[in-house]
Amino acid sequence: MDEEVECSILQCSGHLPQYFALPRRQSKASGCQKGWAGTLRCAVESDTATGAFLIPYFIALLFEGIPLLHLELALGQYLRKGSIGAWNTISAYLGGIGVASWMVSVLISLYYNTVLTWVMWYFINSFQEPLPWSVCPLNENRTGFNEECYESTAVNYFWYRKTLNITPDIAESGRLQWWLILCLAACWAIVYLCTIRGIETTGKAIYVTAIFPYLVLTIFLIQGLTLPGATEGLIYLFTPNLSTLKNPRVWLDAATQIFFSLSLGFGGLIAFASYNPTKNDCEKDAVTVAIVNSMTSLYASIPVFSVLGFKATTAYWDCLDRNIINIINEFDLPEESIMRQNYTSWISFLNSSYPEKIAGLKLKSCDLQEFLDQSVSGTGLAFIVFTQAIILMPGSQAWAILFFIMLFSLGLSSMFGNIEGVFTPLLELQIVPKSAPKELLSGIICLISFLIALCFTLGSGSYWIDIFDRYASSVPLLVIAFFEVIGVVYIYKINRFSKDVEWMTGRKLNLYWQITWRFISPLLLLIVFTAFVTLQLQKPPSYTAWNPKYEGFPMKEEKVYPPWVQAICVLLVALPCMCLPLAALFHLVKQKRRSKDPSLVPSEVFSCQGANINFSHPKE
Amino acid sequence: MLSSASQMHRMLSKYGLVSKQLWEIMHLCHITKCVKAQRMGQSRISILEQLLAEIGMIPIAENHPQMMNNLLSTQYAWDANEEYLFKAMVAFAMRRYSSKSTTQISNVLLCNVTDRVSFWFVVTDSSKNVTTVPGSEVEAAIRMNRNRINNAFLLSDKTLQFLKITSTLSPPVEPSTPVWLIVFGVVLCLIVAGIVFLIISGIRKHKKKNKESTERENLEEKVEVTLENGIPCEALDIKAGHVNGVFAADDERFTSL
Repeated sequence: MDEEVECSILQCSGHLPQYFALPRRQSKASGCQKGWAGTLRCAVESDTATGAFLIPYFIALLFEGIPLLHLELALGQYLRKGSIGAWNTISAYLGGIGVASWMVSVLISLYYNTVLTWVMWYFINSFQEPLPWSVCPLNENRTGFNEECYESTAVNYFWYRKTLNITPDIAESGRLQWWLILCLAACWAIVYLCTIRGIETTGKAIYVTAIFPYLVLTIFLIQGLTLPGATEGLIYLFTPNLSTLKNPRVWLDAATQIFFSLSLGFGGLIAFASYNPTKNDCEKDAVTVAIVNSMTSLYASIPVFSVLGFKATTAYWDCLDRNIINIINEFDLPEESIMRQNYTSWISFLNSSYPEKIAGLKLKSCDLQEFLDQSVSGTGLAFIVFTQAIILMPGSQAWAILFFIMLFSLGLSSMFGNIEGVFTPLLELQIVPKSAPKELLSGIICLISFLIALCFTLGSGSYWIDIFDRYASSVPLLVIAFFEVIGVVYIYKINRFSKDVEWMTGRKLNLYWQITWRFISPLLLLIVFTAFVTLQLQKPPSYTAWNPKYEGFPMKEEKVYPPWVQAICVLLVALPCMCLPLAALFHLVKQKRRSKDPSLVPSEVFSCQGANINFSHPKE
Repeated sequence: MLSSASQMHRMLSKYGLVSKQLWEIMHLCHITKCVKAQRMGQSRISILEQLLAEIGMIPIAENHPQMMNNLLSTQYAWDANEEYLFKAMVAFAMRRYSSKSTTQISNVLLCNVTDRVSFWFVVTDSSKNVTTVPGSEVEAAIRMNRNRINNAFLLSDKTLQFLKITSTLSPPVEPSTPVWLIVFGVVLCLIVAGIVFLIISGIRKHKKKNKESTERENLEEKVEVTLENGIPCEALDIKAGHVNGVFAADDERFTSL
């Protein structure tokens, strides 16, 4: 269906209503999907997933997320172009924003699919009884368990050794893990299947990937609330520990989380919005998408935290039980004399009467709060904490299968957005001839991405994914968003934009939009960006490595990135950001050359100064 | 502790095994307080009594290991009858191991039975004049018959623990092809089938469109021929229905302003 792509660009309004109905629902759905992915990511980075996180999250949403969302949706809907075309239209010097968005989408789709690979690996391993991450394998002479597994937990062992086969240092690349390569190929094949004809197939796939997670999450909610210890987890979620707000890292994470959650700055929103009819109420869309997104994040966090509470409670009980056994052994007390309830009174009694004995036992202090606070950073939440909790639930295979299918569909819908963000600008720039079938183009993109992503299946792959996650997906988005707001407000001039939006929605822009677009959002973005840079410069970036030979094993070893890795981090941040000045420079040079040669007629007339309202008829 | 030792003394004397040497050695048993048994527990089972005892082997030689017996009774109380059964099982194990039928129940001695059912036990050899069987032999015998002993007491390796006798863990059942490969194969087949289906349907649609567009081109040529004949409008009028259809179709392809 080539017509539908052409329509988006050529704006046939109303002749193909079914195509507009579908993408319209889809633009809402895609926003919600990103919201899901944001939940996944937020749930995944649980060191900030506490009750106090909700406060900076909502502030960032209000002053950064919703204004930017509205801006991008309105832009795409009005200009009827993808991100590169739209920014070229605003000002030829700002065309770099579109290119930067494209580059960010490319980087993210490269590494994001590897996370899906891990999810798929866990999914296909969930069909076994017992679950492979619940038991330790035996050592060679079968007298005990594998040492690495015994020292840490079976879940950790399965994640670090059986799945990642992780190397102790980022400089050691290790080998390609063939099982991960298989799963990666399958994941890219699924992505190809769903984006094979662009929006057409993606639109249908999104219906499944949008509805299914809601179902599974509801099931998990019901199950989670019936687990013991769930209430502790929920209380922990909703009681803010305000001291964490003093850490600027939390604010930073909230700001960057909003971007990922609402997929701002990726260019995908502009592309999706360009399929909408012109007179669509984009303001209502923006607010609806943002609210639905936050509500789903909140809704998703309830089962997550009840399961976390359950896991913490079980760990706490195990700790208590171990101590109780040690005490009963030592003092020859009858069984069931010390129970969990009277543990503290017994401990105080014994401490006063036999302090040396108690000290000799080396009891671990069991504190429920401490277990709840235990933060697992990175992808640890889904693959370590949750899998451990799933083992404890009855019928663990079914829960594991459901959970990983849900994660997979969440991640897949984010991938759609990313791939769309890669696909559409390529079509727009007409790098590929029109006659080439879309299937071929998407196939080539998927194949190239698969080959590049093979380097994430190395032994050190997960360290690289952490780097991409930390650097490629946070700072460039801030920069892009900043220039987006500045570009629209001060270069395109906000008054003109207000009139355009008014023409589309039929109402005047109210004060909230005016203030946030003019002052608050750019200011906030600038503050977050400078804070990020300052924090990064304060100490050299470090990472935690899984090293079985480390003395403190099973704690992870803190290491500093070697200089060449730091250079790559800087490159990841700089690459998209460089597009902005480079594109402006390129355009400047072109202008100068054209002004020197007056015979050449400038071909791009649409630098939009004084564009009329019927702007919906772009050049052919 | 002292009372149980004297009990032991009484028991030994009953069987005529007492000698001063043995008594002193027995005394040694409860003075050299050995490491308490570790109760490995699943405390979630309802426990009626818990028996933990310390068992030590009387050190005849330096390298005799100390054994501990650790019993967790889930369904029964530990009394003299259970002790008798235990002695019988140990005697049975010794008989099977060394295949000489001389070991009697009376040869197995328990001492230091505490409330938590842990005790030391010793196997004596009546044929060799009140010497004890070396620890390594007893160890090997019990290891060989561990399963039977466990089942006699309805316990497992975890709940009935002999110190110094580590159990050989059974390896998990490995199917010939790992399960995940099978699932992966199924998933991959589905994906490939979907891709092939979509590509083929795309190619077919493309071919149909090409055929339609060539048909349309043929019609257009006829129209052009008619247009070039004199007055286009009259020519159009004559060919009214035919031509209008083509033009109307063309119209819809353009975007309306």
